[in-house]
Amino acid sequence: MATAADQIRHRIELISLDRAREEIASGTKLIDVRERTEWDESHIEGAEHVPQGDLVERIDELAPDRSERLLLHCRTDNRSVRMADELERLGYDNVAAVEGGIVAWEAAGLPTRSDSGLTADQRMRYSRHTLLAEVGVEGQLKMLNAKVLLLGAGGLGAPSALYLAAAGIGTLGIVDDDVVDASNLQRQVIHSTERIGISKATSARITIEALNPDVEVIEHNLRLDASNILELISEYDVIVDGADNFPTRYLLNDAAVRLRKAVVSASILGFDGQISTFAPYEGPCYRCLYPVPPPPELAPSCGANGVLGVMAGVMGLLQANEVIKLVAGIGEPLVGRLLLYESLGTRFTELKVKRDPQCPICGEDAAEITAEEIGRFPDYELFCGAPAREASPSAVQHVA
Amino acid sequence: MPTVKIPPVLRPRTGGESEVSSCGETVGAVLEALAEAHPDTREQLFSAEGELNRYVNVYLNDEDVRVLDGLETAVGGSDTVVILPAMAGGSGAPTLPTSFPR
Repeated sequence: MATAADQIRHRIELISLDRAREEIASGTKLIDVRERTEWDESHIEGAEHVPQGDLVERIDELAPDRSERLLLHCRTDNRSVRMADELERLGYDNVAAVEGGIVAWEAAGLPTRSDSGLTADQRMRYSRHTLLAEVGVEGQLKMLNAKVLLLGAGGLGAPSALYLAAAGIGTLGIVDDDVVDASNLQRQVIHSTERIGISKATSARITIEALNPDVEVIEHNLRLDASNILELISEYDVIVDGADNFPTRYLLNDAAVRLRKAVVSASILGFDGQISTFAPYEGPCYRCLYPVPPPPELAPSCGANGVLGVMAGVMGLLQANEVIKLVAGIGEPLVGRLLLYESLGTRFTELKVKRDPQCPICGEDAAEITAEEIGRFPDYELFCGAPAREASPSAVQHVA
Repeated sequence: MPTVKIPPVLRPRTGGESEVSSCGETVGAVLEALAEAHPDTREQLFSAEGELNRYVNVYLNDEDVRVLDGLETAVGGSDTVVILPAMAGGSGAPTLPTSFPR
């Protein structure tokens, strides 16, 4: 026996998606009778939004001419059929409902818009982020609009870049002019065996593009030095430092303090890592923590000493975690704190780092660094405790 | 007896130990005792004048001794002294550049 709803359904004209599209294109009014939250999540461009509870009250103003052609739609078509029936009772005689509603519309791959700013694909992709109250759509949009620069696509940069890309950081700049080597693959998970010999920045871009089309990767195949660092970092919101030499770290620090850019800095060796976030003038800078670099025998590189690949991954992901918090404006970044990780003992140690009033870069008496001083101040030759020799071809070619 | 945490770069000089116990009433005395027990660490910790090298950070528990009383900072038996030189490793380079290209 037919129910009342069935009987109404038989009386109302239901039109196909194709027909609906034609009519919408030719100017027929489409009314979405769903609730506000449904509309915000996604809707058909050009539709009028009138929740079903308001429709009878507002229809005179929307369509004073009762012979006007009107299309109604909802999530499937139950509400739209019911509301079409209501309108017919009011004397509207040319009303149809779109069969299947927006569910069918989206299933057919037809475009929708969202007032939240996320596309339907993005709502799906980032749903596990947006479900988190602390992140939500707002936090996700901040990530999609963020520009993050990674110094190096190596032991730290590779895992960091991979997760930042997955998280939907909209622009990732990668500075690295090294090429993928077989010995990198034990930890630099963004690269692959078949890409041995190609540029690390390019290899990272290929992986990121396959992972998340929302992310734009900018390859910086340049020498990072005092002449270009200001211009380079000025384009970005947050810098991820995975450089493996002191000159680059001090150079970055000086430039970042000047431009007030936050730097998420980590370093790794053997089984141990350390990480901190340097937010200029809000907390200490790298020079407050390390006023002078150690001599070479106390600053071995991972190439000489070895490094546990997984430990590099842990530190790289802690960096990515810091970036997400800074970008979304949530949680407590590691500002004024240095976190040490010993992977053999699985121990974390947190140390306090204070701003140094005597810091030559961000201290009370520090004058703003001039462009000429960036990269020279106070004296980079002393960094390795040896007199200056022939300059390395590029500091950043040795990045992470 | 206070515990001293040894950073990775100094462990070859402490026989591979990452933590050693070291006697002393002050941070300076604890480090001096460490240098006595493991003489190879001395030149890394102290300058020829006996000052703590500027590139070595020392923490009493989680506080930098520079904001306490430096080497005179009092140390209790259950305290931990952390020695921390800067690390630059990002993982990759076989060599460090000795100067930065201008």
